[in-house]
This record gives sequence, structure tokens and C-alpha cells, in this order.
Amino acid sequence: MIDFVKDVRLWFAPSRLKDEGDTPDYRFSLANERTFLAWIRTALALVGGGFAVDQFLPDLRWGVRVGMAFALLAVGAACALRAVNHWVRCERAMRRHEDLPLSRFPVLLSLGVGLVAVAMVVVVLLGWTSGR
Amino acid sequence: MSVPGTDRDAGLQPERTRLAWRRTTLASSVVAVLALRQALRGSGSSAELAGAAVTGLIWLVFLWVAHRRIRALAAVRPRVLAPRSALAVVGCTVALAVFAVAVIF
Repeated sequence: MIDFVKDVRLWFAPSRLKDEGDTPDYRFSLANERTFLAWIRTALALVGGGFAVDQFLPDLRWGVRVGMAFALLAVGAACALRAVNHWVRCERAMRRHEDLPLSRFPVLLSLGVGLVAVAMVVVVLLGWTSGR
Repeated sequence: MSVPGTDRDAGLQPERTRLAWRRTTLASSVVAVLALRQALRGSGSSAELAGAAVTGLIWLVFLWVAHRRIRALAAVRPRVLAPRSALAVVGCTVALAVFAVAVIF
């Protein structure tokens, strides 16, 4: 937890990041940046999915629709916040010549997305839709 | 663009990063359109117009940050991404999610 607070402080203090170690090969930093952007796109896709569930599935019951949309939006926001945190941690690890940080997040995200997909299949099969 | 004759990276790292920014702005545009559609579903009241304006603003901030970074990447050896830009992009994404929650409920 204390480590996390330190990481969050690094988000806002670029000069403190530069104080650590020495500047890595710029190509490594660019690769780290592209990974960050890929995660941002994942977050945007999840947020877009949240909008899409609410807008394009009007036949779902209110509770199911809003619950599903909220889950996607929450995971999307978490994904974006985690993206910047992971980027800062990787950048710092490269400056210090340490191993890159390991993360459980990709596994959790894929399990979460799988769960949402299975939930959608169940909802459709059981016909939890209003009307028609 | 880099000048021929300078020591250009054979792996095209800056170009690939630039394209990654382009893809990301494209994704953000799709989400912004969905948000706009969500905001303007009803009668067009002033609250809805305010929501649409907020969405537009978030999208413009995203584009501006990406544009600046894309220009910076034109250097032969680009500097590392500023944490402030990374935070701005993340802030826009989270803002869109918060906006969605506010509109849906």
C-alpha cells in the first residue's frame, strides 16, 4: 500500500522519475509507451462497450443492462489507472536496471472479460429480456 | 520527419509509437461518438447540451495531447513521454467512464 502511494506520487512528479538511475535507451522507453497506449485502447474499448451495452441492448431488463454497463465502465476506468501506474513502474525499473514489475492484472482482466461474456450468454439463453 | 543521412532507427520505433498514438485517438473518437449519442438521446434540453459539450471537450483534450506527442515523436531521438501527458490521457478515459455512469443512472 505504501509502495502504491509512492507510485501515485511519481505520476505527478516527472522530475522525481528522472532523479532515479540513468536514462535507458530511448527505444525501450518508446516500447513502454506503446504498451501503455495499448492498455489505454483496451480501457477505451471497455468504456465503449459500457456505452454500447446501454445503447444497443434496450431489450435487456433494466437491472441487467445497467449492471453490465456499470461493470464494463468500472473495469475500463481501473484499466486506465493501472496503465499509467504500470508505465511509471516500468520506466523506473528500466532506469534502475531492475527487472520489470510483474503483474496479476492481465489475468484478472481476462477472467473478468470472460465472466462478462459468459454472463451475456446466460442472459440471452434464459431470455432475461423485457418484452417480445 | 527525420532527414536522410541522420542515424535513423532501423526498427522504426518512433514511427510505430506515432501510429500507436493514431490508433489510440481513433479509439477515443469512437468512444466520444458513443458518448455524444448517449448524451443527446432525449429532447435536447440544456442539460443534454451541457453533457455533449463536456464530451466534446474531453475529446479535444485527448486529441491535443496526442497531437503534441506525435509532433515530439518526429525527432530522431524522441524524449521520453511526459508523465503529465500520460496522466491527461488516463484522465480523459476515466472522465468518459464517469460521464457514462452519470448519464446512465
